[in-house]
Amino acid sequence: MKFVILNYVKPRNFADVQPENDPDGPAWGAYTKALLDAGVMVGGAALRPSHTATTIRLSEGRRDLHDGPYAETKEQLGGFYLIDVPDLDAALEWAARNPAASLGAVEVRPLVQG
Amino acid sequence: MGREAGRPDSAGEARDAAALAAERVARLSYGKLVAMLAVRSRDIAGAEDALAEALLRAIADWRRFGPPANPEAWLVTVARRIDADRWRRAVVAAEGAGDWLLREDGRLASAGLEIPDDRLRLMLVCAHPAIDPAMRTPLMLQVVLGIDARRIASAFLVSPAAMGQRLSRAKARIAEAGLRFELPSRADMPGRAEAVLDAIYAAYSLGWDIAFIDAGRSRDLVEEALWLARLVADLAPEQAEAHALLALVLFAESRRAARRDPATGRFVPLLEQDTGLWDAQLIAEAERALRQAGTLGDRGRFGYEAAIQAVHAARRRTGTADWSAIEHLYRGLVAASPTLGARIGHAVALAETAGAAEALTQLDAIPAARATQHQPYWVARAHLMTLAGDKAGAMEAYGKAIGLTEDAASRRFLTDRRERLDS
Repeated sequence: MKFVILNYVKPRNFADVQPENDPDGPAWGAYTKALLDAGVMVGGAALRPSHTATTIRLSEGRRDLHDGPYAETKEQLGGFYLIDVPDLDAALEWAARNPAASLGAVEVRPLVQG
Repeated sequence: MGREAGRPDSAGEARDAAALAAERVARLSYGKLVAMLAVRSRDIAGAEDALAEALLRAIADWRRFGPPANPEAWLVTVARRIDADRWRRAVVAAEGAGDWLLREDGRLASAGLEIPDDRLRLMLVCAHPAIDPAMRTPLMLQVVLGIDARRIASAFLVSPAAMGQRLSRAKARIAEAGLRFELPSRADMPGRAEAVLDAIYAAYSLGWDIAFIDAGRSRDLVEEALWLARLVADLAPEQAEAHALLALVLFAESRRAARRDPATGRFVPLLEQDTGLWDAQLIAEAERALRQAGTLGDRGRFGYEAAIQAVHAARRRTGTADWSAIEHLYRGLVAASPTLGARIGHAVALAETAGAAEALTQLDAIPAARATQHQPYWVARAHLMTLAGDKAGAMEAYGKAIGLTEDAASRRFLTDRRERLDS
């Protein structure tokens, strides 16, 4: 079954901070490597901070654009992993090891076509 | 409302006293009451429902009339009536059943009702061979201690909805299969008791594992496991392993304060802990329990593990860890119960007595398939490779361990170790 693991972190924990200022860099590297070594990683990416986001809506045929993320929350989507594991239990096990679990929150969602 | 309006404080106090009394009985007697109700009906889910309903009624009733002299008897009486009401509704009441129930209530409430302690039976049923081993601990935590499914789900890292379903299924299985709430024969007892002890130890280990992730939840689980361990040693005093398990968890618990550096909050490994922070009282209780286990018979898995902890605890007096004793005991443990944890522990002990090369050979003998995603394996491997002077191998093993670590404090500890290697 395929799951997406969404990493929600505070703005200062985003992947583009300078490596020397990012105490969590090694943890992310080790986590990604563990997923690869286990053969469960299908894909994933780290995202630029949420202030670089642009949000678009079409309402009544009019485009409404604004700078910033869709929802202003304390933690923002900082990246995601796509994994392939036998079941939700296994996905949760990997999600708990995700550094974002202690930095913010991790959301696990099954894909429609697993 | 009008009557209470003039005395808001005392009304509030009555409310609090009732809620507190109900909470206290629920906390202390939940398992005992569920056991008593379920042993009769063989229906754990039904017993829990009836008890939950009785607790709700208790809060309302006790607020108005004050808590009864014997809250346990009150709850059992009401829970039985609720159960009987349901049964009566379902089966179509026989004339006069209500009278009979009232008489029964009166008898129970007036007699200083002795509630038999059937919790051991309840625990044995939860650990029945027909129940999925993975569900035995969660089931026990719920039916003996009354912990809600969501908290159990968090501890076991299972989605709350799935945990709720699995718990219901396990209870339905007990009811459908008509599992007997009876004490096994003397010959069968050790095997069945072992499953109970395993489940208690699993609860304790879980609490220990999440100590840095969620201190509050960890404390709860650890306290509940300790409580169960004391209970089983009490209810089955002839089981050596029950006393050994109690000793084991007490030894581990005695070091709680020393596991974390008070200044930095960082994780402190056993061998670097300040033994002055160990809890002497818990160690003394653990030593008593271990002695008790020793007088009862052969050592099993928990006996060896507790004995290893006893040697570590002795460092408090002697100042050094007696590695040859520890290695010897690990050898016994691996023979009694060749778990992954035991083999890893043995390898680490072997490094102190026979050297890192020998220890690594021991570690290499563990099948890779079992170990690749086991974080403690990689922590041990990194440690042994550092001792052996294999810097590159140690760096890689630390990386692997870091990637498999859940809590931030351990992750920081391992990252520091890896950096220290690099400098």
